[in-house]
Amino acid sequence: MSKDKFTLLKSTAVPLPMENIDTDQIIPARFLKATTREGFGENLFCDWRYNIIPGSSPVEKGVKSINKDFVLNDPAYSGKILVAEKNFGCGSSREHAAWAIYDFGFRVVISSFFADIFKNNALNNGLLPVVVSDSYLKKLLDAIQQNPKTEIEVDLNKQVVNMNGQEESFEINLYKKTCMINGYDDIDYLLSLNKEIREFDLAHA
Amino acid sequence: MKHKTIFEKIWDAHVVKRADGYPDALFIDRHFIHEVTSPQAFDGLKNKGIGVFNTSRTTATADHNVPTKDQHLPIKEALSRHQVETLRKNCKDFGVELYDLGHPYQGIVHIIGPELGLTLPGMTIVCGDSHTSTHGAFGNIAFGIGTSEVEQVLATQCILQYKPKTMKIEINGVLGKGVVSKDIILYIISKISASGATGFFVEYAGDAIRNLSMEARMTVCNMSIEMGARGGLIAPDQTTFNYIKGKKFAPQGDAFEKKVIEWQKLRTDDGATYDRVLNFDAADIAPMITYGTNPGMGMRVTDRIPTLEELKNLNEQHSFSKSLAYMGLEPGSQLLGKSVDYVFIGSCTNARIEDLRLVAAMVKGKKKAINVEVWVIPGSKQVEEQARKEGLDKIFEAAGFELRSPGCSACLGMNEDKVPAGKYCISTSNRNFEGRQGPKSRTFLASPLSAAAAAITGKVSDVREFV
Ligand code: SF4
Repeated sequence: MSKDKFTLLKSTAVPLPMENIDTDQIIPARFLKATTREGFGENLFCDWRYNIIPGSSPVEKGVKSINKDFVLNDPAYSGKILVAEKNFGCGSSREHAAWAIYDFGFRVVISSFFADIFKNNALNNGLLPVVVSDSYLKKLLDAIQQNPKTEIEVDLNKQVVNMNGQEESFEINLYKKTCMINGYDDIDYLLSLNKEIREFDLAHA
Repeated sequence: MKHKTIFEKIWDAHVVKRADGYPDALFIDRHFIHEVTSPQAFDGLKNKGIGVFNTSRTTATADHNVPTKDQHLPIKEALSRHQVETLRKNCKDFGVELYDLGHPYQGIVHIIGPELGLTLPGMTIVCGDSHTSTHGAFGNIAFGIGTSEVEQVLATQCILQYKPKTMKIEINGVLGKGVVSKDIILYIISKISASGATGFFVEYAGDAIRNLSMEARMTVCNMSIEMGARGGLIAPDQTTFNYIKGKKFAPQGDAFEKKVIEWQKLRTDDGATYDRVLNFDAADIAPMITYGTNPGMGMRVTDRIPTLEELKNLNEQHSFSKSLAYMGLEPGSQLLGKSVDYVFIGSCTNARIEDLRLVAAMVKGKKKAINVEVWVIPGSKQVEEQARKEGLDKIFEAAGFELRSPGCSACLGMNEDKVPAGKYCISTSNRNFEGRQGPKSRTFLASPLSAAAAAITGKVSDVREFV
């Protein structure tokens, strides 16, 4: 898949002040039946966005009403950046989680800690995971919750997050950075190694 | 020469290319695929006009999104049917071996690999499923990947990866009465948390691990991901070789003996170092149960849930309160004696024949409590056949348990088997996330023994009172 390029983004953000947000919350398994990559945004955080009436039969599109307490249903918050607490994306390897977040319109997720597979999946889909310190994350969450209009700038070239002049740098390995900036896929590089891989395969049959 | 861990030995032996500024291009010996995370990968191949690099290294099965009743009939739900049909079509078009519904080798992907001898020591193994770590029990590097990576492996038999850090978890001593391998891993996760091994690849060692059967070792490695680890392995030994011998696709005869000599070298060198080492005493482990909505929220079945004051920081308190509210439980309360509605015995964690035997031995001649519904879902067709051969099906039937056909079933709330909203399920699976077993379902993770005990009493019980 060709990916969108990413260099710089300035946007308001949506706060999710919770730890251990797992991929079953991001996109519940019953929505993984599609055989294409598109359209998962509709069910992003489905079980938090909608109330499911206890005792109702758990069918795919069961009785549901909008949960007004959930941040994605709060009109005050919008933007292309999702800010969540540590261990974001733990659990299942489903890439559908990254697709759903991207499809919903986010381009960056900021947390103090990502689960490994989710991080890879995000990077492979042009969704930038940004790791910041616990203290900076707290500042971001506090500021956004106090003023939902707060804008955050994420500069991938400089590897810096900036909120109202408060900056923090973040790490990303050079290879993945180059891929994000140019929209490259891992598969392009691997395909270029075809000859070496063939030889390896034969030698290890 | 540098002293190496078993992990480093296997990794280094699979690097096709290590270039400056790039992650390692790692060769993959064995690739497992299933219906849920493969369709978009095959689409990618079609769009690029390329085939599968080496079809003999890929094996497919249908497990996640299948019914566990009437598997011979067409799947009722249209989207699920379409997904399984897409797998069939892709496997046919690309020449990949598929163990489809009804096939004698069909089953949960992480159960069939080992039982068919497709999973061997020293290999690199991937699958678009995080519990691929299960295969690590044979002394190999096995980890879960996303769909883009499934596409890469189909296309090139390689994956681009940075080498994770290494962690050794050593457990020595003798396990107490009623304590099984599921309790070991639930105990470790409760100690180091659901993110305690993120960024690491784990090696399990110590005599408490050595003394486990292969199936019990698989249960431990299976849940490595539940503490965030990339994977977990156990160096192979005689127990491993005995298990593999004679398995359908394993090397046979002289070829097997030759392999064993090679496999014996797969151990960590004396003097090799790990980035982190943890030690636990088997005597501290008791029958475990989780009370919250991540696998790190576990305790001894006789303990009480922590109170808010006992937690370290504010963030944790917030997540903890939310979790307990979801579970309908009070801080500081006990789970022992709490009544449950469902008992789920299944999943790639605990649906092998030894698990079913443990349950059968415990419930033989007894009946389930009237307030519970009990599902026993064998991990594979072979497990199901074996259970019938041994007469376990009769024991389950007499106890009022329902023995169904193989699949992931209620482990993930995707197929027809779901726990209804608000209901409590004691489950031998691996995840207790909100809604994991169905929207608003509530999960207590435990061992097959503890699940069997709850089936009989209808409540969370201390299995030590039964054995
Ligand atoms: S049994 Fe559960 S954890 Fe295992 S592969 Fe199936 S869905 Fe995943």
